[in-house]
Amino acid sequence: MILAMLREAFAAMVANRMRAALTMLGMVIGVAAVILMLAIGRGVEDSVSKSIASMGSNLFIVLSGSAAQGGLRMGSGNAPTLTLDDATAINELPGVVADAPTLPGGAQVVYGSANWGTQVNGTIPDYLEVSSWAVASGAIFDDSDVRGATRVAMLGQTVADNLFGGEDPVGRTIRIKNAPFVVVGVMSRRGQSLDGRDQDDTVLVPVTTAQRKLFGAQFQGTVRFITVKAESEAAMPRVEDEINALLRERHRVRDGADADFTVRNLAAIAATAAQATRMMALLLGAIASISLVVGGIGIMNIMLVSVTERTREIGIRMAIGAARSHILWQFLLESIVLSLVGCLIGVGLGVAGAYVVSHTTEITTIVSVGSVALGFSVAAAIGVFFGFYPARKASLLQPIEALRFQ
Amino acid sequence: MSATAVIQCRGLLKDYVTDAGALHVLKGIDLTVMPGEFVAIMGPSGSGKSTLMNILGCLDVPSGGQYLLAGADVGSLGEPALARLRNQTIGFVFQGFNLLGRATLEDNVALPLVYARVGTAERRARARAVLAKVGLGDYPRSFPNKISGGQQQRVAIARALVTSPALVLADEPTGNLDSHTSMEIMQLFAALNRDGMTVVVVTHEPDVAACASRLVQLRDGLVHYDGPVPEQFRKAS
Repeated sequence: MILAMLREAFAAMVANRMRAALTMLGMVIGVAAVILMLAIGRGVEDSVSKSIASMGSNLFIVLSGSAAQGGLRMGSGNAPTLTLDDATAINELPGVVADAPTLPGGAQVVYGSANWGTQVNGTIPDYLEVSSWAVASGAIFDDSDVRGATRVAMLGQTVADNLFGGEDPVGRTIRIKNAPFVVVGVMSRRGQSLDGRDQDDTVLVPVTTAQRKLFGAQFQGTVRFITVKAESEAAMPRVEDEINALLRERHRVRDGADADFTVRNLAAIAATAAQATRMMALLLGAIASISLVVGGIGIMNIMLVSVTERTREIGIRMAIGAARSHILWQFLLESIVLSLVGCLIGVGLGVAGAYVVSHTTEITTIVSVGSVALGFSVAAAIGVFFGFYPARKASLLQPIEALRFQ
Repeated sequence: MSATAVIQCRGLLKDYVTDAGALHVLKGIDLTVMPGEFVAIMGPSGSGKSTLMNILGCLDVPSGGQYLLAGADVGSLGEPALARLRNQTIGFVFQGFNLLGRATLEDNVALPLVYARVGTAERRARARAVLAKVGLGDYPRSFPNKISGGQQQRVAIARALVTSPALVLADEPTGNLDSHTSMEIMQLFAALNRDGMTVVVVTHEPDVAACASRLVQLRDGLVHYDGPVPEQFRKAS
């Protein structure tokens, strides 16, 4: 029964090829737009969450220098208030996995005839664990290098590429601010940070080396910031409080006075960025789904024409025993078949479009099973919703009136 | 009589509401048709014969009076039951054939069986058997616009017969055919009647009516004559 009616629905579609194709076009464009837009949205969301993940998770940054000191307001990180001892103390707090004191500075790096201006970070081996950064070749300097302030360096991929080209940098000697440094390792490639900065454009040296031999800190043992990794997201508020309490005590900040450091929660910043991209993805999907509705109205339009055109056929069918429900289902099936076939083509086009966008532009797209399923179910729902009115109109015809229709 | 009448009408009325007031088309028709009868209904234009036919075929509803079809009171039935009657109990043959142009002859004939929820294989077998019975068994996959009017009417008759109804109603079945083909179609009806089928034919041609065994003449919405077909009809042919 259903099979015979489905066959008739297909036959009706084939009989009116051009019209069916034009009707489906609305559906095709709608579904393709929804899938493509969702794919782009998901792609952006994914790349944002990837750069958040590459930043390392559950991180705090403790910046030296408070926002205001007396009458003179200085930027964070300018006052030399954080020390290596502060970092050691923070490392002993419960809930802290690791932390890395960092003293950054700009420097020209030279190898042979090549030179490259980059950011040199004085830090400790834990830096890699805190920032979830893997080693590509060689190994990071160890604690004895930090204690001895030796001239060793770990290169980011961008620096390695610019100084060495295809050559293996490990074991070579480069010059930073004209002082020779032995390259001990190269870090793996990380790509862009959230703000678009190239994270691979960096050199790591022991923090003590940076303090004593490169940047000459104003006060012995101070660093610009300390990156702290908490053991879990849940532990972050507690760890933040503990860091604040610990540093206020160590820096002898009186109760009620402004602290001479700032603790920033990177997870909160990441969450805001993720939410913004999710909103954008939703917006894209919502705009695309309007075209689906327009496609549905096109189907209703054609089905209404079809019912009028085939009034006589409806009369004949009723005269030989078709019940109202048979007529209703016949036209409903036709509109469902129209929208599903349109949807199928739309899914194909949408997926192909996403592929093309991925390969011709810098936008990466992700077609999820969910968005295809959504496209399908929405198309079926539209077929039923916009097909029901014309189908019902057909089924309510009086047999004799329908037969008399010319 | 012991057998149930196939058709039993008492005081059948049909009014149409027009801008010029009510139009009384049927003014109280009494008609009983027993199983196995072959009845011709005649009458001048406007006498109400087509209206009567549509009511008998459950395509239209009377404004008053009672209509029993094979014992069932049609007036008390809902739309699903009426659809079942049109499907199972009545085979309707139209003047204009009314085949579906998109469907093959076989599919046209099998269509009532689709609504009767008969399986695909059985539908095909029964449709082919009936097509063979009306003399068109050789072209089941042909289309209506590829065959002659007489052949199309045979297909329509096959469609009317495929559900093995109790009654075949034909409204001017020869109206669109030449006289030679008309006689062939009427002989087909006569043959069906000899096999026991109850046949009611509306016509305005005496030589067509002559094939029947009983004549009902309508005039101005009333039965004017009901009896054997007069001898002069047969001479006319």
